[in-house]
Amino acid sequence: MNEYNVLSFLESSAEKHPDRVAFKDKDEAIDYNNLLTRSQKIAFVIRKNANLELFEKNKPVAVFIDRNIRSLQLFLAVVYSGNFYVPIDPTLPIDRIQAMLDTLQPVCCISATKRKLPVEADSFDSLLEQSEEIGDDYLESIKKIREFAIDTDPVYAIFTSGTTGVPKSVIVSHRSVIDLVHRFAESFPFPELPVFANQAPFDFDVSVKDIYNSLNLGGTVVIVPKSYFVMPAALFPYLEENNVNVLIWAVSALRIVQNFKLFDACVPDSISLVMFSGEIMPVKCLNYLMDYWKDATFVNLYGPTEITCNCSSYIIKDRLNDTDSIPIGKSFANTEMLLINPDTMQRIRKAGEKGEICVKGSCLALGYYRNSQQTEKAFVQDPEVTAYQDLMYRTGDIGYYDESGNFYYAGRSDHQIKHMGHRIEMGEIETVVNALDEIKMACAVYKESKEMIYLFYSAEAECDDIIIKQIRKYLPSYMLPNKFVYLHTLPMNAHDKIDRKKLAELEDI
Amino acid sequence: MDELMEILKGARPDVDFENEEALIDDGILVSFDIIYIVNAINEAFDVEVNVAQLKPENFNSAKAMWDMIRKMQE
Repeated sequence: MNEYNVLSFLESSAEKHPDRVAFKDKDEAIDYNNLLTRSQKIAFVIRKNANLELFEKNKPVAVFIDRNIRSLQLFLAVVYSGNFYVPIDPTLPIDRIQAMLDTLQPVCCISATKRKLPVEADSFDSLLEQSEEIGDDYLESIKKIREFAIDTDPVYAIFTSGTTGVPKSVIVSHRSVIDLVHRFAESFPFPELPVFANQAPFDFDVSVKDIYNSLNLGGTVVIVPKSYFVMPAALFPYLEENNVNVLIWAVSALRIVQNFKLFDACVPDSISLVMFSGEIMPVKCLNYLMDYWKDATFVNLYGPTEITCNCSSYIIKDRLNDTDSIPIGKSFANTEMLLINPDTMQRIRKAGEKGEICVKGSCLALGYYRNSQQTEKAFVQDPEVTAYQDLMYRTGDIGYYDESGNFYYAGRSDHQIKHMGHRIEMGEIETVVNALDEIKMACAVYKESKEMIYLFYSAEAECDDIIIKQIRKYLPSYMLPNKFVYLHTLPMNAHDKIDRKKLAELEDI
Repeated sequence: MDELMEILKGARPDVDFENEEALIDDGILVSFDIIYIVNAINEAFDVEVNVAQLKPENFNSAKAMWDMIRKMQE
């Protein structure tokens, strides 16, 4: 089928398996038929409440999320309304949520959570109630909206850390998600009736893979409560109980399995496909998983949010040695991955030579919402093409490929880090700290060996407590430094910049 | 208890471990904190926290963690 809207996946599965459970959480479940009808009806209510004219589409709708199927129903309702959804975690600091909303200027805010919110939002219950009062004319309206739809319309936007201290919002089109879903279906051995255990929060694009792959394959998404990853005694029994067979998880979540030796208590043996991404998978952890899930297929996935989840994959065939590095593999079909020298912008075409990984294809996001400056920096013209516009995304990741064409990840070209599954710009932490009156100079450094963020700062006097108190108002808890180090002055390098290398080398402070 | 407090502060300097009593129930500690804390407890007190002990009632407060450690040391 030639889709141009992600809703086609839902519609085709609803026709084939109307009674199959589409989404399930700890409290409730919804089948395909009801999911379809309900999201169409709520879509109608969203448009009505936002006072949208017939021709208006592609407006941001902020969705306050929770770990429940209500969030997913609201996402699809927003898409049916002809707009795009922006998931927002209500537990983030209020100032940060406000900054996100300032960027978005959403046509409306809706909420799937019972938590207290800093702004007014239409609750799921209220939307559902309103949707039950409407007549059948919603169908006509939904059909009209669809007639105006094209595949370059945005489907969602997801916020990510920004160097300037303001989070950036990556906006992604239907075309990119459709491309991703087809690549997954043709590349990986999904079970006949896939049951996905959703681990990733809905404001992370890892969850996009659960949602749309499942809708395409007529599968079920089972949402795992967040607390099961904090206190994991209940995690594996929950997977077993729900006959889960597919895991598309962050590496950090699979490391929990290894760290707490979850297989000691129970082995959910229905698991047949395990895909991971987000950071480098430690071989020890992978081998541990392979020892217990002997018949499962393991896949290393690579890619930043800006190219719609993933652009390359590597299926792991055999056990690896502890010192081996796992390739990020070869690019998906309809996707081109290339290396450039970031200084000369020349293409690198030699195996083993390192360069910045760049990506081309339908997978490219539409850019950063309301941020043309950052968009132009990251989505650039392919320097080898001068006769027509041909964009590529500069990932900022350094990589190389081997003789067989498999790519490997080899670090960052800037100060972005991956810390416990989160993508964080050191610059964002620094901007927030530097804004405090007490601070003369601050530098955030990630110590990989300890997996900790260190904040080095100079000030009139030591003031850890003041910094913590102030930055908590803006930064989410995963971005808070683990260690604060007061120095009289920060070391500088020959270019008059803070000497990060020297700071990183400071021994065990 | 001092040693435990040291570990907890090391994991999350922003949390008031002296007074918080719902570290898990209120979602204050996240999974990565627990990994760090459990590994540090295992090492510092020469114990092994097992899967079955990873329940909110054992981690909701510094005191609950301390009680759990003491029980294991007996």
